Amino acid sequence: MSRIGGQGMSTSELIGADPGWLILVKGVLIFVICVVATLLSIWAERRIVARMQVRVGPNRAGKFGLLQSLADGVKLALKEDLIPKAADRVVFVIAPIISATTCFMAFAVVPMTGKVRLFGHTTAMQLTDLPVGVLYVLAIASVGVYGIVLAGWSSGSTYPLLGGLRSSAQVISYEVAMGLSLVAVFIYSGSMSTSSIIDAQQKWWFGVVLFPSFIIYVISMVGETNRAPFDLAEAEGELVGGFHTEYSSLKFALFFLAEYVNMVVVSSLATTLFLGGYHALPGLGFTETWLGGWFTLVWFFAKVILFFFLFVWLRGTLPRLRYDQFMQFGWKVLIPVSLLWIMIVSTLRVMSQQGAPRFVIVGFTFGVLLLVFAAASLFDKAKEKRKLEDKESLNAFPAPSFPVPVLTPQISTQASIGTEEIND
Amino acid sequence: MHNLFIQSLQVGRTATPEAVQFWILAPLAVLAALGMLLVKKAVHSALLLAWVMITLAILYIAQGALFLGIVQVVVYTGAVMMLFLFILMLVGVDSSDSLVENIKGQRPAAIAAAVGIVGLLLSLIGRATLNHPATGVEAINANGNVQGLANELFTQYVWAFEVVSALLITAALGSMVLAHSQKPKSRTSQRDLSIARFRGDSLAHAAGLPGSGVYALHNAVDVPALGPDGQPSDASISKVLEARGDIIASKPFELTHIDEEEN
Repeated sequence: MSRIGGQGMSTSELIGADPGWLILVKGVLIFVICVVATLLSIWAERRIVARMQVRVGPNRAGKFGLLQSLADGVKLALKEDLIPKAADRVVFVIAPIISATTCFMAFAVVPMTGKVRLFGHTTAMQLTDLPVGVLYVLAIASVGVYGIVLAGWSSGSTYPLLGGLRSSAQVISYEVAMGLSLVAVFIYSGSMSTSSIIDAQQKWWFGVVLFPSFIIYVISMVGETNRAPFDLAEAEGELVGGFHTEYSSLKFALFFLAEYVNMVVVSSLATTLFLGGYHALPGLGFTETWLGGWFTLVWFFAKVILFFFLFVWLRGTLPRLRYDQFMQFGWKVLIPVSLLWIMIVSTLRVMSQQGAPRFVIVGFTFGVLLLVFAAASLFDKAKEKRKLEDKESLNAFPAPSFPVPVLTPQISTQASIGTEEIND
Repeated sequence: MHNLFIQSLQVGRTATPEAVQFWILAPLAVLAALGMLLVKKAVHSALLLAWVMITLAILYIAQGALFLGIVQVVVYTGAVMMLFLFILMLVGVDSSDSLVENIKGQRPAAIAAAVGIVGLLLSLIGRATLNHPATGVEAINANGNVQGLANELFTQYVWAFEVVSALLITAALGSMVLAHSQKPKSRTSQRDLSIARFRGDSLAHAAGLPGSGVYALHNAVDVPALGPDGQPSDASISKVLEARGDIIASKPFELTHIDEEEN
């Protein structure tokens, strides 16, 4: 089934043959990649957002300001480390550690390259290949939320507590939508391991075949990482800094690191599940053998950067959602739509597996489309009716009478006289 | 005794790494479980319980039950414990349980239910294990761990599976029905309030109520603002503070009053 091994070796067999020291090297490499990606992405985000807001952004430290985040990191580390008196000391210290460790762990199952040579061994740049790899990422993400929630609670202060509560509710709700969007991928690839999902996308990317799932995943990944416009856990306009209000120095830096590594992780998962992972764009398959296979790393990061840019773009464009609207969107739109989509996908899948004739499949698809359109038009009609009723209920009140100045033609003549005077 | 333990460990094929893992994780899990019962703060208890669940999940994974381990983390640690923590954090940081029984006969009913469940579990586990030699996880995982589990769940045990899921859905619906009381009228929204403000009897407060305090002299919520006519405005203070009698008269903070004193 798996193609990348060449001699009939699947990725899991390839990785399974790694000696212990190579696993260690890969672990260190993943750590380094994540940290460097964080430094660069903070810089990139600041520069891109600045460009979107017609500013320059950091451009002093190093070439193009590239060393800005490094300088900020050093500054943060040298700051005084405060622990509030009302804080629960043990949990206060553990919380950022939980956040920062779990985000790295999730990266272990992400395949970054195809078959490559590393220190004389044929292997793939992926630490481990679990048969339930994608679920593992979900599990790690759900443990990672503990960091945010506990940080909020242990600070012994109101705003962080509110931020922590929001975050826990948010991540639970959006994890449901995210999990449901993954189900369609599992059904189509017949596997939950990241490497076989990539192999299943040889012909068509799941981002194309399962487009609704892709959209739902992208929305819920923004919700899952607490990024704008879903950054309600740290809404600076409402909650000061949210869960990390009381944090300073390295502990704050750990939260910062965790946020950006999480962005890289969800982006790389999106790449793996929907954009064919490390594979080249269609028609450019010959590039995959360049540099002994290491060129696939370029493709992988190109796709990850695409998602990262989306994150920044969203932040630069959209205002923050109100909390109740955000929850309503998650539970009343994303989850029902995903459920409906999964039912359609599984029906289609079973049909094609049972060898149903093509016209039945096409007919079913059209039938579903018609039903969706009918439901949408009914919904629109109900909405219009409600609007009309709203207007009628407004008419029940007497129209207000405001004291309005009388507008006479005099004003315009006066204005024209004024301009003439200036011209003189 | 110690040797017996070691022997009982080696009943299966316990490889060395697995044994090392066990002897590290098991004491940690037991300590955390004991701590859960002994610590004072409810949130600490919840955290220790979450830790026990994670160690169990790691042990499951090491035993070859990959799916079970991951799902244990996703469902129990990620969702159930998180909801628990959510409630605990909402209830308050230092709240202790009240020991007063609210429902009559709750204790005997609870004891009866507990005994019943233990009896049920014992009989079930007994029937499942006695005279049934263990198959071994390798045989179960022959076609893949997830596939094997799905096969069992959706063929032989599909009835039990459906019954359990129906039970869970009923419980979820029940909790929703209990938590949501039907309101006779929908809550007034921001929009309703705005309409009422402009289409009501008077436009006096259309731009909002006056803020409390006397500018520059006493800017606090407990002092009524002075209107343009020099009279304290009742609309500027909270009705709650007024009812509690926590209101200071704004007269002493009036600028003219102080000027007179200085003269």
